[in-house]
Amino acid sequence: MMTGFGTPTTAQQAGQASNQDKLRELVKLPTTWCPGCGNGIILGAFLRACLKLVDNKELEMKNIVVVSGIGCSGRVTQFLKFSSVHSTHGRAIPLATGIKLANPELKVVVMMGDGDAFAIGGNHFIHAARRNIDLTAIIFNNSLYGMTGGQLSPTTQEGEKTPSSPFGNVERPFNISELAITAGATYVARWTTFHVKQLQKSIEDALSHRGFAVVEVITGCPTRTKKKPSELLKMQKNIRPLRVLKKVEDQEVEEFVSKYYRLVRELGKTGRR
Amino acid sequence: MKSNTTRAVRIITGNQAAALAAKNAKVRVVAAYPITPATPVVEELSKMVETGEMKAHFILVESEHSAMAACIGASAAGSRTFTATSSHGLAYMHELLHYATNARTPVVMAVANRAIGPGWNIWADLSDSISQRDTGWMQFYCSDNQEIYDTIIMAYRIAEHRDVLLPAMVCYDGFVLSHTAMPIEITDVNDFIDEYHPVWRLDFDEPSTHGNILPPDYFMELRREVCEAHERALKVMKEVEREFYEYSGRLTPLILEEYRLEDADVAMVTMGAISSEAKIAVDELRKRGVKAGLLRLKAFRPFPKQEVVEKLGSVEKVYVFDRSVSPGFDGQLFSELKAVLWDLRSPPEVYGRIVGLGGRDVTSRVFEKAVLGELDKKWVMEVIY
Ligand SMILES: Cc1ncc(C[n+]2csc(CCOP(=O)(O)OP(=O)(O)O)c2C)c(N)n1
Ligand code: SF4
Ligand SMILES: [Mg+2]
Repeated sequence: MMTGFGTPTTAQQAGQASNQDKLRELVKLPTTWCPGCGNGIILGAFLRACLKLVDNKELEMKNIVVVSGIGCSGRVTQFLKFSSVHSTHGRAIPLATGIKLANPELKVVVMMGDGDAFAIGGNHFIHAARRNIDLTAIIFNNSLYGMTGGQLSPTTQEGEKTPSSPFGNVERPFNISELAITAGATYVARWTTFHVKQLQKSIEDALSHRGFAVVEVITGCPTRTKKKPSELLKMQKNIRPLRVLKKVEDQEVEEFVSKYYRLVRELGKTGRR
Repeated sequence: MKSNTTRAVRIITGNQAAALAAKNAKVRVVAAYPITPATPVVEELSKMVETGEMKAHFILVESEHSAMAACIGASAAGSRTFTATSSHGLAYMHELLHYATNARTPVVMAVANRAIGPGWNIWADLSDSISQRDTGWMQFYCSDNQEIYDTIIMAYRIAEHRDVLLPAMVCYDGFVLSHTAMPIEITDVNDFIDEYHPVWRLDFDEPSTHGNILPPDYFMELRREVCEAHERALKVMKEVEREFYEYSGRLTPLILEEYRLEDADVAMVTMGAISSEAKIAVDELRKRGVKAGLLRLKAFRPFPKQEVVEKLGSVEKVYVFDRSVSPGFDGQLFSELKAVLWDLRSPPEVYGRIVGLGGRDVTSRVFEKAVLGELDKKWVMEVIY
């Protein structure tokens, strides 16, 4: 679904709008996520991060495009009131790559679930990291397939009982952040929906970063785990490590799209293209 | 009917019927990835495998593409193999569907029919499996849950037959059948279907290599063999249908079902769950003096050309209802049916109607109105109660 970013209100033009009002301008509430779902916390942190960068004139709202995959997390694009694309299960990164290469001016943000990004779309994730393409990947990691009923995902812990592992998961999980680091991502941070302030700061940093930036967010799915949202938050409090795990500046590892366009320009100069 | 077969009536959904059929058909390997509305099939199976009720290996994979690849591998290694999917999951399998056919691995798959997005929609529509028409899989379209159970079991007998060796999909409308509970008779099929005895498999004693390059001098032979297997399958289907009837006492059609067609002037042609509404329409129309009848196609691949011509040869008008469409042309069943009837010396008038896409309700009134000439457009957009 493509929705154009609306024109600013008179209040905004007069510079009087409160942050709350500005947030309301960006999102269509209520969402269809279950009550107590952690996804709303991530969405809130993302929108506040965007507003902050916009206020600081580091970013323009009209230049942001959010691409999501399929899953409960993927639904995020249905709630945004600016440019967004709801892609297919696993294919958010290649679709975003197309957008970014066609229009490098855009800030392309990819929002994916753990199944979306590491099961069916795992291949794209590691290749985007390897290329170091300028995309901001926000992973909604609830360690299960929320949308289809809570089956195990590539980040489900060993021994965990799910509808597809009624006697406990026999597989080993991925460590998303480590995978991102090893595959070549140049910004990697890991937070939970309990650590909202830090999460927002990392999303700001990731949006300002040039290169493949990954923010893994551990979030709770009260519906499928049949646990209270407060209980899930308490569990998240003690998860470690939680911090910015990697940050490499653009000068050290060149970003893919600029490298690509530089090559095109050079070839153009030498008349080979 | 065999007197010593045990049978029990249970009220279950189409998905549960599919899972039970796979279990009773002695499936030994299941590989799958969840997708609405087929997910419960896989969940049922994984539960039965883990409790030991079903003696099978359950392979958890990371996508449908991998699910079908794992099924082909397991089948080639000599195991009876099953999976279930729907919509985008089936679309994502596409490459491997062709592979299963050319490799002649008799995998059977349940497909809970659902529309394809975007315009995200999880409801009934046959576009997903009809889009896989040319992959070489046999395709059966069920109209109730009993049929899902019976057809999956029979599909193995057909697929694994040495004259056939083709994969088969057993399709049923998402939610309308997949999530609706109906009473069905669960027959113990122990003596109807044996453990899998593959005609060929990867054999340690006689090592061979598979899936190699086939140059122009051989490739057409391979494709022709697949097509000839489809033709032979029709004969095998008739045998298996009769044998299953003798075994279970149930005449579950594999090729087609007719309803009040013997003396009909007007025939409706359908596939899948909408057929039950069409039957109601036949009765209503007859009450109003219109000699209507119904031909429900169960097999879409192989397409029963001869049988269709026999059944529709003497009617005056045919109305075909497609719950899918080929953009740029017409409903696929409509186009194929017209092609088949063209062989007749004086073919009936054939009309096509596109109905029920993305789960839009198709009531008996739609069929009645179409036959009475009150719906003269190709697209039936309205839900008529
Ligand atoms: C090709 C394909 N296969 C399967 C599905 C069904 N499906 C939808 S969402 C989903 C998993 C979602 O899990 P995750 O990505 O972790 O997102 P969450 O719902 O947990 O946020 C699956 C398997 C699909 N839409 N498309
Ligand atoms: S099922 Fe879980 S992940 Fe999906 S919206 Fe509900 S709480 Fe959130
Ligand atoms: Mg998830």
